[in-house]
Amino acid sequence: MIRIAHAQLWVHDQDEAHAFYTQKLGFEVRADVTLPELGDFRWLTVGPVGQPEVSVALMAVPDPPVFDADTAAQVKELTAKGAAGTIFLNTDDMRAAYDELKARGVEFVEEPEERPYGIDTSFRDPSGNHIRLTQPSEVVAPA
Amino acid sequence: MAFVPPARHLLRAKDLADARYFEPLDVDDLAGAAGLSRAHFSREFRRAFGESPHAYLLTRRLERAAALLRTTDRSVADICFSVGLQSVGSFTTSFTRTFAVSPTVYRAKYPPAANHARVPACMIRFRGRPQNSTFREDSDGAAL
Repeated sequence: MIRIAHAQLWVHDQDEAHAFYTQKLGFEVRADVTLPELGDFRWLTVGPVGQPEVSVALMAVPDPPVFDADTAAQVKELTAKGAAGTIFLNTDDMRAAYDELKARGVEFVEEPEERPYGIDTSFRDPSGNHIRLTQPSEVVAPA
Repeated sequence: MAFVPPARHLLRAKDLADARYFEPLDVDDLAGAAGLSRAHFSREFRRAFGESPHAYLLTRRLERAAALLRTTDRSVADICFSVGLQSVGSFTTSFTRTFAVSPTVYRAKYPPAANHARVPACMIRFRGRPQNSTFREDSDGAAL
């Protein structure tokens, strides 16, 4: 059995991302370790409370020699343009989740809207990554 | 303070177009969201996203209008205004140029919007029961 453990997002600033994902989104920190022997590489993962088996690695864009300068600049630019990645979150209560996130200062890109698959909305993290939040429709048996 | 790539500000303007297309937004509003002068903004937006902010906002509105044509039975004029456009004539022209057919023809290519309605089962039962059938028991007074 293969399971998803971590998915990764590029972030421009890990402290800023840490604050957003914990204080605004309400995720918990799963790991936050800095390794001097790896050039101060910081392994920072966060995830939803109550879903310990999956986390998001918030990764700083590495400078040379890991990435050459052009590549690093391109990844930073693509992230800022919202072209680097999306995470898709589910909730069973959109209204409550939306109100709570809004109260914490999350800036939504879209208001919650009815779609064929449920109600959904979206916002961005400080780096520009797109986060989609959906309350899936319940499957209704035909009349 | 972390370095923020300039494109992050441009993305803010793009997000504004996506979020508030139904309001009377224009390129000046988008430039304001990015914190740039209009001319500089338009140049930088095109460099980052490959099209002008005006084209992006218009195509977002047309995309939303197309979705409303497919999934609702609202009139073309109503849809035009509800996506933030002011003139039905200009809307029809832009729509036709973009989708190669008029809004009315575009709508006719898709199944009726009523197919998308998720009407609760109880309403289907209440409203769907035939009313005008005549059965033999009516004349017998058995229905009483």
